[in-house]
Amino acid sequence: MDMMSAFFRRPAAASILSLIGVLAFYVIIGGVNLANLALAASWVNFAANLGIVALPVGLLMIAGEIDISIGAMMPAGSMATAIISGYYGLPIAVGMAGALVLGILVGLVNGLLAVRTSVPSLIITLGTLVGMQGVVLSASVLLTGNASVALTAPEWAKFLFGHLIGGSHQVVVIWWLVLTVLFGFVLHKTRYGNWIFAMGGDKTSARNAGIPTRGMTILLFILSATCASFVGMCQAIQFNSAQVSGGMDYIFNTIVSVVVGGVLLTGGLGTVPGVFFGTVTFAIVNQGIYFTHINRNWANLIIGVVLLIAVAMNESFRKLALHHQPGKTAKASPS
Amino acid sequence: MTDEAPVLELRNVDKSFGPIDVLQEISLKVRSGEVLCLLGDNGAGKSTLIKTLAGVHPPTRGEILMDGKPVQFSGPKDAGDRGIATVHQFGGTFPLMSIGRSFFVGVEPTKGWGPFKVFDRKLANEIAVKAVQSFGITRIDDGDRLVGGLSGGERQSLAIARAVHFGARVLILDEPTAALGVKQASHVLRIVLEAKRRGLAVIFITHQVMHAMAVGDHFAVLIRGALAASFRKGEKTREEITDLMAGGEAMAGLEATLETYMQSHEGHPPPSA
Repeated sequence: MDMMSAFFRRPAAASILSLIGVLAFYVIIGGVNLANLALAASWVNFAANLGIVALPVGLLMIAGEIDISIGAMMPAGSMATAIISGYYGLPIAVGMAGALVLGILVGLVNGLLAVRTSVPSLIITLGTLVGMQGVVLSASVLLTGNASVALTAPEWAKFLFGHLIGGSHQVVVIWWLVLTVLFGFVLHKTRYGNWIFAMGGDKTSARNAGIPTRGMTILLFILSATCASFVGMCQAIQFNSAQVSGGMDYIFNTIVSVVVGGVLLTGGLGTVPGVFFGTVTFAIVNQGIYFTHINRNWANLIIGVVLLIAVAMNESFRKLALHHQPGKTAKASPS
Repeated sequence: MTDEAPVLELRNVDKSFGPIDVLQEISLKVRSGEVLCLLGDNGAGKSTLIKTLAGVHPPTRGEILMDGKPVQFSGPKDAGDRGIATVHQFGGTFPLMSIGRSFFVGVEPTKGWGPFKVFDRKLANEIAVKAVQSFGITRIDDGDRLVGGLSGGERQSLAIARAVHFGARVLILDEPTAALGVKQASHVLRIVLEAKRRGLAVIFITHQVMHAMAVGDHFAVLIRGALAASFRKGEKTREEITDLMAGGEAMAGLEATLETYMQSHEGHPPPSA
C-alpha cells in the first residue's frame, strides 16, 4: 500500500497508467497480440521523431513557456539540409550545420521576444510558426523553383542520422533514447533543472534568488527550435528528400505527449520519464491502432479520451502529493 | 545599544511615480535585535515602502543607510546580497517544489565534478529541515515534502528560516499573518521573536494591531504615504493605534453616525451603499 501511494505521487504515474490502460484496451477490445506490438518499428519510429521534440518542449513548459514554432522548424530543418547539400551540392556537413544554425536563430528570436516583451509565448511562437512557414516556402521556390528537394547523403551521415537499424528501426531512436537520458539528467540531477522548476513556479522569485531566468528562457527556446530542425534534418537524410509541408501535426502531438506525461501546462511541475512515457503512449495509440481490429478513424477519439483521463489523473495525483505527510499516511481526508 | 548605528535607516525618503507622490518624508530606523512594526491601512503606501527597502524602487529623494553608511541598491538582488531579505505574504516559495529544492533555489549544493556535478538532494534536505526545525517547527521532518502541502504558517516559517540561513541581517515581513488563522499566526509571531533573539533587525508590516503589539519594539503608522506617528512599545494603547491607522477622527465620526442611525432604526445598521 505504501509503495502504491508512493507510485501515485510521482508525476510520471499518470502517463504509465495511461500506457497500461491503452495497451489493455488494445489487447482486450482490439485483439492485439502484444508480442507483435511490443517493439514494432511503426510506433517506435513515430515515438522517436516525436520524442526528440517533446523533450525540450516539456522542459519549456515546466519553465512556464510554450513553443509551437516547432511545427515550422521541422520542414525548415529538412529543407535547409536538402537545399544546401542537395540542390547546391555543398558537403552534407554544411547542410546539417545550416539546419541547426537556423534552429538556433529562430529559437533565439523566440527567446528574445519572450523575455523582452510581455506577449505570451504561445502568441510569439505562433508568429514565428507562420512566419517561418512563409520563409521556408518562399526560399524553396525562389532558390530551387520547387517545393520538394532531393538529397543524397554520404554514407557516414546516413549511418549517423538516417539509416534503418535491422532494416526497420530508424537510427533516430538511438538519438531519442540518448537525449532522454541527457535531458533527464539535466532536469532532475543538476542545479539547472532546479532553476527550470523554480522559473515555472514563480519567475519573479526565481530571478530574485539569482537565477538567470532570461538566459535560461532563451536557451530553452533555442533547444526546442534546434531539436525540431534536427528531426527535420534527420528525416531529409533518411528519406533522401525534403518537402516544405508537414510538421504541423507535431505541434499538437508534442503538447499531448507532454501533458499526458504529467507536465503542468502552467509550469513548475513535470518529469522527463513522464514525457517519455507520454510520448510512448501517444505513439502506441496513434500507430498501434493498425494492429487492432479497430478502424483507424477512431484513433483520434482514443487520443482525446486518453488526454482527458491522464490530465484528470495528474490533477488528483498532484493533490495527493501536495497533501502527503510522511508518518501521517493513515489520515482519512486531507482538508 | 543606542549608540550603535542602525542596520537599516531611511532618511527623508520620498517616492514618486511620475506626478503621483506615494511616499513623503519617510524616516525610519531599525537596529539589530529589534522589531519595527509598520502599521497602515490598505493603500497607505506600505508595499511601495517595502519595495523601496528591498531595492525594487530607488527612492526619488532622500537616502538609505546601512550601518550608518549611505547605500544605493541596484536591484532586489543587490539588496539581498547586502543582507536584506523580504518574505511575502504567501511565503514567496514554490508550491510544487520540495522543501529541500526550494530552500536552495539559485544556490544549489552540488557534488561530483565537471559536467557530472549533481544536485546534492540529501544534503539540501538535511540543511533545510534542520534550519526550519531550529525555529521550532518540528513538524517539518522530510525535505522531500512539497512546499504547497505545508500550512500557511509553516511556509512563512520556511521562508524566514531560509532568509536567516543565507545570512539575512534585515528581515522584511510583508503581512506574514494576514492570511493565517489564530494558531498559525502565533507560530509566525514566535518565529519573529526568535529571529529578533538571533540579532536580526525585523521590519514587520501588518494592519493587525494585536499581532504588531505582541512582537514590536518600535511602531510606525503610515497614512497616505506619510508617517503619521512613531512611538515605542507601551506608549500607546491598542485603541489609540487603531484610531491612528484609520485616520483617528474619521473613525470616531463613523462610529457616532452608526450609533445614532441604529438608535433611530430599532438597532439595524444602515444599508451599505
